[in-house]
Amino acid sequence: MKKMSSRNKTYWAIITPVVILFFTFNTLPMIKGVIYSFTNYRGYGTYDYVGIRNYIDLFTDARVGKSYLFTFKYAIVGTVLVNVLSLIMALGLNSRIRFKSALRGIYFVPNVLGGLVIGYIFSFIFTYIIPAVGTTFHIGWMQNSILASEKYAWIGVLIVGVWQAVAMNTIIYISGLQTVPGDVYEACMLDGASKWQEFFKVTLPLVVPFITINLVLSTKNLLMVFDQIMSLTKGGPAQSTESISYLIYRNGMDGGQFGFQSANAVIFFLVIVAISIFQMTVLGKKEEQL
Amino acid sequence: MMGRDKDSKTNWMLTIVLILGTVTVFFPLYMAFIIAFKQQSEMTNDVAGALAFPARWSLDNFRQAMEVTDFGHSLGNSLLITLATIALSILVHSVAGYAIGRNMAKKKSFRFIYLYIVSGMFVPFSILMMPLVKQTAQMGLGNKVGVILLYLVFYMPMNILLYTGYLKNIPVVLEEAAGIDGASTWKTYWKIIFPMMGPMHATVAVLTALGTWNDVMTPLVIMSGTGENTLPLAQLNFQTQFGTNYNLAFASYILSLIPILIFYIVCQKQILSGVANGAVKG
Repeated sequence: MKKMSSRNKTYWAIITPVVILFFTFNTLPMIKGVIYSFTNYRGYGTYDYVGIRNYIDLFTDARVGKSYLFTFKYAIVGTVLVNVLSLIMALGLNSRIRFKSALRGIYFVPNVLGGLVIGYIFSFIFTYIIPAVGTTFHIGWMQNSILASEKYAWIGVLIVGVWQAVAMNTIIYISGLQTVPGDVYEACMLDGASKWQEFFKVTLPLVVPFITINLVLSTKNLLMVFDQIMSLTKGGPAQSTESISYLIYRNGMDGGQFGFQSANAVIFFLVIVAISIFQMTVLGKKEEQL
Repeated sequence: MMGRDKDSKTNWMLTIVLILGTVTVFFPLYMAFIIAFKQQSEMTNDVAGALAFPARWSLDNFRQAMEVTDFGHSLGNSLLITLATIALSILVHSVAGYAIGRNMAKKKSFRFIYLYIVSGMFVPFSILMMPLVKQTAQMGLGNKVGVILLYLVFYMPMNILLYTGYLKNIPVVLEEAAGIDGASTWKTYWKIIFPMMGPMHATVAVLTALGTWNDVMTPLVIMSGTGENTLPLAQLNFQTQFGTNYNLAFASYILSLIPILIFYIVCQKQILSGVANGAVKG
C-alpha cells in the first residue's frame, strides 16, 4: 500500500466519521426495516420470519389499497394543480407590477408555516366558517363540513396541501423565469409573436429544467403527506383520507403491524424512487439549451 | 431591462389582481388571529359574527394558552433543536462536502461516498421510522439529542450536494498556495474555504431551519416517551386539553406561528433566495 500523504489522511479523517454517522442512522435502519418486513413482528415480544407473506398480504389488504388510492389521487391532482397555479403566479409576480418584492414575500408565507397548525386552522374554517356561509346564503352543499364527507374530505386536505405547496413552487418558477434573457422576448416581439405563442413556444421550453425540479419536489412532498392528515381528518371519515405515511405511522407504531407496515414502507420507498427517476428521465429529454 | 412589454409602464390591472389575491393568504391567518382574541361566548354561527373583531382585545387567552401548553418549555426545545441542527449542519456538512468535493473527480472512493450519501435523499422517513424508534431507544437517544442527530443525518444528502456544488466555483489554487506556505489541509479549510462558502451557509441555514422548525413526525416518534414537546408537537399533544375551547387553541396556534413569522420577516430576502438556490442546485 502506498503511503498516504498528510493531505489524504486529513480527508479520510473527515469523511470516515461522517459516513459512519450516515450509515448508523440512515442505512442501518433501512436495512433493519427491510429485515422486519419479512417478519410478523408486532413491535413488541417475539417474532418469526414469514418470508414474503407480508408483501403478498399488502396486495390483498383493503385498507392498504385504499390508502394508496387516496395518496395517488391526492398527489396526482395536487401536482397538476400546484404546478399550473404556481406557474401562473410566477408569471404574474415576474411581470411589470408594483410592490413586486412585497407581493412575492406575502405569497411565500404559507410555506414557512407548519403544516400541522395550518391544518388545525383550516379544519376550523371547513367545519364552522364555510357551513355558516352556506347556511346564511342557503347554499346546500356548503352547509355541511367537507371534512365530514367520505366522498369529498380528500378535497379539503388537497386545498390545504396545495395552499402550502404553491408558495414553494412559485418561488422556484420565478427564479426559472429570471434565467430567460430579455433579448429572447425582444426577438419574439420583433417577429410579431403573440403572447400565447411567446409563452408556449419560448418561455415554457426554456424553463423545463425548473418544471422538472418542481414536479419531482411537489410529487414527492404530496406523496408523503402526513401533517395535514394528522390535523385535518386523522385519516377519516371511514379511512377515506388515510395517506400511506399516516397508515404506516398509525398501524406500524400502535397497531401491532410493525412487520407488515415495514413491508408497506419498503414498497412505498420503491414507488417514490421509481416515480422520481421516471419524471427526471422523461423531462430531462425535453430540456432546451440556449 | 428591455422589451418584456411593449411599454415599460406598470401593469396596474395585474398588480391589483395580485393584491386582491393575497386574501387567500391572509384570510386563514386573520381568522386564527381574531378567534385567538375572542371569548368563548363570542363564538357565533353567523357569518358576520364569525368575521367580526373581538369585543375587546385581551391577552387572557394567550396567557392561559402559555400555561396550559407550557409554552416556554416547548419554545426552548424547538429553538435548541433548530439552532443546534443548523450549527452542526453548517460545520459537519460543509467540511464533509469539502472532503468529497475536492476528491471525487480523481478518486473513485470519494465519488462512491458522494453517490451513497446523496441517494439518501430519496429515502422517505416512513421506512426509517419504526427501526429508528427502536434503535434510538436502545442507544439512549430517544430525546432531543437523538432528534438533533437524526436531523443532522436527514439533511446530509441535500446539504452535501449543495456544498460540493458550490465548491466547484472556488479555485483550488487558493488552497495550494496556502499548502505551500505550510498550512495543513484542516487549517486551510477553516481559515480560507469555510469563510468563502458564506452564501451557501446561509442557504443551508434557511432550508434546515424551515424543515426542522415545522417538523412533526421526527419529534413525535422519537421524543414521545420523554414528555417533552417541540412547538408543533405541543399543539398536537394538547388537543384534548383544548377540548372545544377554540379560543384557547387558536391563541396557542398563533403563539406557535409567531417565532417563525418573525424569522421570516427579518430574513425574508435570505429565505427566498435560499429556497430558490436550494431547489435549483439540489
